[in-house]
Amino acid sequence: MAKLFERPKALADVVTHYCPGCTHGVIHRLVAEAIDELGILDRTVGIAPVGCSVLAYDYFNCDMQEAAHGRAPAVATGVKRVHPECIVFSYQGDGDLASIGTAEIVHAAARGENITVVFVNNGIYGMTGGQMAPTTLQGHKTTTSPYGRDLKLQGHPIRVSEMLATLDGPAYIERVSVHNVPNINKAKRAIKKAFEYQVQGKGFSMVEVLSTCPTNWGMTPIEGLKRVEEEMMPFYPLGVYKDTGAEGEAK
Amino acid sequence: MGEKLLMKGNEAIGEAAIKAGCRFFFGYPITPQNELPEYMSRRMPQVDGVMVQAESEVAAINMVYGAAGAGARVMTSSSSPGISLKQEGISYIAGAELPCVIVNIVRGGPGLGGIQPAQSDYFQSVKGGGHGDYRLIVLAPANLQEMVDLVQEGFDLADLYRNPVMILGDGMLGQMMEPVEFKERPAMDLPAKDWATSGLRNHPGRRNVTNSLFLQPDKLEEHNRRMEEKYAKIQSELVRYESTDVEDADIVVVAYGSTARIVRSAMDTAKKEGLKVGLIRPITLWPFPSAPIADAAKHAKAFLSVEMSTGQMVEDVRLAVNGAKPVHFYGRVGGMIPTPEAVLAKIKEILGGNA
Repeated sequence: MAKLFERPKALADVVTHYCPGCTHGVIHRLVAEAIDELGILDRTVGIAPVGCSVLAYDYFNCDMQEAAHGRAPAVATGVKRVHPECIVFSYQGDGDLASIGTAEIVHAAARGENITVVFVNNGIYGMTGGQMAPTTLQGHKTTTSPYGRDLKLQGHPIRVSEMLATLDGPAYIERVSVHNVPNINKAKRAIKKAFEYQVQGKGFSMVEVLSTCPTNWGMTPIEGLKRVEEEMMPFYPLGVYKDTGAEGEAK
Repeated sequence: MGEKLLMKGNEAIGEAAIKAGCRFFFGYPITPQNELPEYMSRRMPQVDGVMVQAESEVAAINMVYGAAGAGARVMTSSSSPGISLKQEGISYIAGAELPCVIVNIVRGGPGLGGIQPAQSDYFQSVKGGGHGDYRLIVLAPANLQEMVDLVQEGFDLADLYRNPVMILGDGMLGQMMEPVEFKERPAMDLPAKDWATSGLRNHPGRRNVTNSLFLQPDKLEEHNRRMEEKYAKIQSELVRYESTDVEDADIVVVAYGSTARIVRSAMDTAKKEGLKVGLIRPITLWPFPSAPIADAAKHAKAFLSVEMSTGQMVEDVRLAVNGAKPVHFYGRVGGMIPTPEAVLAKIKEILGGNA
């Protein structure tokens, strides 16, 4: 009998610690499917961050390094320079990448380091219990912005994809979402493309994935998905921000 | 081999690392160690190696983490304020038990301090500058020949014990020129790096993970205890020091690095004047040579720790002497260098006061 659906080989057969309704599981699966489809599992090294996906080193079935908070792009650089033939990716949240790790991501991108970054943006620190992130939207309540993010007090949220796209180093940057099936399919294509660019030696690739945190948003999973569409996407527009492979083609 | 080359300290460190098979260097500019990343920028491309000038010391040490975890011989260097920035990464490297060599060409502090030689990073180096229970193997050369020998050996020690090794120099050793000879080291029987994250195809059937996270307290304790055993093994196997005229000394001076050379000058004069002065020069600052100091306390009347600090190593000397004899201190700081005359005067003051 033909199997219609099975676990990707790149995804370990373990129970994850993610909360109900969290989209990390979906994004993990998309990364694993891309690795499987490209046939690169036996030469892939992943870098896990600090944050909700800190235990990603137990969830991906490849060699993994656990990095300090925000430092994954530097660690990935070290691995990639030693093993250029390996496919090296980092998997980072918004606190990790867009706050404490801004120097590392900006300079890895500027160097055009031939690595792939999966950037999961849910606008909150999940693991530590729902604090304000650099990507938290104006007015959103968190435990450290209990009256709602006030731009005068707490500054503006950062659009990382747009910011990194101003650099000459990156080969491919796209923002996607996983709030419904059509977008999950688009996210899959983007993640696979990002890995393909690395396989082809094109340079730095990053996919920003808008994600949910029903637990710390105080929402049901379905309300969370709605928030992504109605509140996050207007501020964080989906789309391709940089694609050196498409240069010369009609845009 | 066998050829003597006149080299600047910082450059000699770089060449020693390359001779030891180091092909990955991650650096960041800071005085007085700049000649080292500059040398590596010139030399690494010539030996198919990699030198990345990182965006910060923080990034540089995390690149070291990645490269060491991937199984490479890797080095970084900095000077005091930069080493402070690296402490996070050093703690992770120690926790994940990754071998690497870290060079600190010490300058005066605290804060931005100065750019002249100092030994004020002793505490930071040997007591754990980062968080958590860990130890660095800390090697303190006193001249450039010893420095290149220790850099070359340092890579072997790092691999042998799966532990970061720190070369603790100072601005004087980094900037001075001396003849050095790069000796062929006998190949050590080193454990295979079968834990390296090099992709499953290089180790089929076993997934390799470099990590320092243990959320279950019993597992973390187990990890801490295993590391504690490793540190005990290093303490029993690696202590190294140089002992001069200690047997019949009335006073034993303890000094390391370039300061020990100044003490030697003071000892030469003291000897001519009939004073019995011995020197214990720790080469490994961790593990610290406590036993020979304790032995010397059986006959010596007093000890004197001479440092370019306000008194850091002297605490370990006191622990070793354990109250048996008085332990004195003399130091200059801020980039000021102790003179042989001042050291001799201090020795006479102590002996004159009948210890």
